[in-house]
Amino acid sequence: MNEGTAPRGMVDRVLALNAWVLYIFFYAPILVLIFFSFNDNNNVAIWTQASFRWYGEMFQNDNVTSALRNSLIVAFFSTIVSTVIGTLLAIALERYRFRGRGALDGLAYLPIIIPDVTMAVMLLIFFFQAFGILDDLFGVRLSTGLLTITLAHIAFSISFVAVVVRARLAQLDESLEEAAADLYAGRWQAFRRVTLPLIAPGVAGGALLALTLSLDDVVVTSFVSGSGSTTLPVYVFGLVRRGVTPLINAVSTVMLVASMVLVGISLGFQRGAEARGQRVADPQALDLEMVVTD
Amino acid sequence: MEKTARFVVTFVVLALMVTACGGDGAEDGPDSSSVDGGETDGGAAACALDQVDGDLNFYNWSDYMDPELITAFEEEYAVDIVEDFYESNEAMLSQLQAGASYDVIVPSDYMVGIMIQENLLTSINTDAVPNMANLGERFTTLPYDPGNVYSAPYQYGTTGLGVNKAIVGEDFPRSWALIFNPELTATYPSGVSVLNDSRETMGAALKYLGYSLNDTDLAHLQEAADTISAALGGIATFDSDQYEESLANGEVPVAHGYSGNMITAIGATANPDEFEYILPEEGATLWIDNMVVPVNAENPCTAFTFINYLLDAENGATLTNFNFYGSPNAAALALVESEVVEFYAATEEAENLEVIQDTGDYEIHFTDYLAIAKG
Amino acid sequence: MEPAGSKPRDGLMTTTPVTPELEQAAIRAESRRGFLIGLPAAFYLVLFFAIPLVLVFVYSFATRSSTGQTVLAEWNLESYQRLFTPGVLVIFLRSLVRASVTTAICLLFSYPFAYYIATRTPRVRNLMLIFVMIPFWSNFLVRTYAWRVLLGSDGPLSQLSQNLGGEPIRLLFTNSAVLIGLVYGFMPFMVLPLYAALERMDWRLVEAARDLYADGWTAFRKVTLPLSMPGVVAGSILVFIPSLGAYVTPALLGGAKTVGIGDYIVSQFLAARNWPFGSALSFGVMFVMLLATVYYFRAGAKTL
Repeated sequence: MNEGTAPRGMVDRVLALNAWVLYIFFYAPILVLIFFSFNDNNNVAIWTQASFRWYGEMFQNDNVTSALRNSLIVAFFSTIVSTVIGTLLAIALERYRFRGRGALDGLAYLPIIIPDVTMAVMLLIFFFQAFGILDDLFGVRLSTGLLTITLAHIAFSISFVAVVVRARLAQLDESLEEAAADLYAGRWQAFRRVTLPLIAPGVAGGALLALTLSLDDVVVTSFVSGSGSTTLPVYVFGLVRRGVTPLINAVSTVMLVASMVLVGISLGFQRGAEARGQRVADPQALDLEMVVTD
Repeated sequence: MEKTARFVVTFVVLALMVTACGGDGAEDGPDSSSVDGGETDGGAAACALDQVDGDLNFYNWSDYMDPELITAFEEEYAVDIVEDFYESNEAMLSQLQAGASYDVIVPSDYMVGIMIQENLLTSINTDAVPNMANLGERFTTLPYDPGNVYSAPYQYGTTGLGVNKAIVGEDFPRSWALIFNPELTATYPSGVSVLNDSRETMGAALKYLGYSLNDTDLAHLQEAADTISAALGGIATFDSDQYEESLANGEVPVAHGYSGNMITAIGATANPDEFEYILPEEGATLWIDNMVVPVNAENPCTAFTFINYLLDAENGATLTNFNFYGSPNAAALALVESEVVEFYAATEEAENLEVIQDTGDYEIHFTDYLAIAKG
Repeated sequence: MEPAGSKPRDGLMTTTPVTPELEQAAIRAESRRGFLIGLPAAFYLVLFFAIPLVLVFVYSFATRSSTGQTVLAEWNLESYQRLFTPGVLVIFLRSLVRASVTTAICLLFSYPFAYYIATRTPRVRNLMLIFVMIPFWSNFLVRTYAWRVLLGSDGPLSQLSQNLGGEPIRLLFTNSAVLIGLVYGFMPFMVLPLYAALERMDWRLVEAARDLYADGWTAFRKVTLPLSMPGVVAGSILVFIPSLGAYVTPALLGGAKTVGIGDYIVSQFLAARNWPFGSALSFGVMFVMLLATVYYFRAGAKTL
């Protein structure tokens, strides 16, 4: 177990210090952001006095609430789909040899290196071409909207998920999976009980990345959006012409608080599950010995 | 070696796919939408006054429209307005060319010119929009759409300089020299803020040199680039997003930017009297955002009714009092808050304002020369 | 392009002796299975990535009309010829340097950080990781604006320095501000793969190394670092590539005083509406990035 080799003494203290410095670095702008959400002034960077004005306005502003709702819907679906497909992709590329693997390997990396505006333009061209063809062939009339935004987000997220999961898979001892495959009759069982728990941190990391990418994307979204599908980042970037008000700080603060509450709840669940003596989806809870004696 | 080979293979495969699909792309690229547009000939839809033919899809800049005007329209005409927002004229144009459908859009001046040339706009049915008569005279003879055949001005503003008099002093030249004269900017404690926009910034330099904003002589453009190059030492930032805040909190002594943002930011400071927004004497940009109806609008009658509604004197004043931009609606001016009227009084008088126009093939040089100027 | 040191599985390894026919069948079955697992991604990426990519590739040989439309005729290589003009090359080199420095700084701080997280107890680990990600679920623009406040001449850093009797510090609109912004924005892309790699290391190897070398540093250099190389490579790529193309951060924090390849491409697609040249630029950038990543992978593999 790791704890045995955890760094001790000086080294540990330096590492801890580095971690604290980084957390301060991560949260310094967040504190500024929260602080200015209580700014009464119309102008975000000029402090006048504290007030809850923008929190009140936020819930009354239909444009902001619908943009936030659109963003969350897109982020939810694109994260789930890209995590599943991206994880499968990582497994296929890392664990199997098959025809076309090389091509797929190359293709999987291109979405990461393409400039976002190029991706935006090409998806715009593609969607309208595809809609034209569908209209000609089946008489189905489609238009851009939340669906096209979600499809586009999945297209760039899959590769990011795959890279993170592969980094994890590359390191796993294959003998574990082989032993499991020998022990359990089914491959699916071996996958579910051994491989999946082992790569879980990589999958979770990939999912977190996909979520972050989706919540922040402006360029691709602004090209493939349609009627009724303005997302929050697109709305915020559009505000720039009018001067950004602390309203957006208030929205961001609410999102931060909501995500912390969600994290708190899920941690609570985990603890509850442990208390009831069930096995948790934690890689540490699974060791080869446990698998063997299972 | 094996991995390198794999990439080469990937690219070759992609290249082969190109040859296979190339023909398709040539036939029905999004450009063909302009051909489709041509068929309808931009003729006005037959709509009666106050007629509605469905819900309205409204595509606008963020926070540019008073929500109360939206609600009142929805109640009066019993239709829904679906509002969407864009953050660049060009992204909006690409969507429209690809086939996206909206009923009313609010593009800027030069973009209206492009959209007319591309046959993307339907002409405005004046029977359905009698309030076009409310427009001030200056806004009926615009170079990109003389006689307002395809567009109805929504709001306007200028691009000028915001000056922090506490830093620059009371006695400063009312000129683009404030940002382009390196000897002058060297006397400020910190550099100035200049827009990061090829047309606006190259345009300001052209104006400083005495040329037109829409000048299409490469030698003049080179001179403008040299002017900016020489001024780089005194420029703290090329900024199109946050210049008004940098000005208001004293980060920069002079900022190049749009009038509406300036008035809001200056008004929000503790000492608004310390700041002044000026139009340089060499001349400056006048910009106008316009309501247009695309040829593929699904509900053109609701669109005209909506435009007519916004051009109403009272509603026009409500709009300006909401977003603090200038109102092209002459009938509305009596109802507009006095501070906004005062702010735009200088614009009303200024003779040497120019509207940015699309320069066609020449357009690409503005971006390139700004890149060259920055070094 | 696969992370260094990975070995795709060639077939079942069983202890019972196998005939060549059985082995062939096993390999075929394995190949089919791999294909099926990869199929959803292949299908999705071909449909929503490869085909659209081919469309813009076609555009890169087209011409810009006087209204900024892309005319799909008069095919030519002009856009590609423009890539090799000195102006474009300078822009590109400048961006390469900036991206390399950003990646190096991210790696320098993220590695010890990920190592620290990976050596905590499982629950602390998850919590630490989540707290890395939470700030990034706020809005990008608002976060960057917050940095403007922090780095401005009236900001907390500057005031702290003045209170200590020093000069006001003004980082805003400098290259340092751009680096801070880029490192901030892309740090999670480095931390996540590094953590994923370090978390499941076989620590018994490290212990063995310590017994052998006795020196913690040598053990780290000879065992931990090579074992975590896939994470380093993945993280570096995930940071290097977006920082090469970044344009909002350099504009807001650095004052856009120099042109980077990211803003140059954006200005071609938007302001100049020159899609053929924008597309050609994109393919030029992608080609160089592919070369760079391949080289990086090979270099990474050598350290094993």
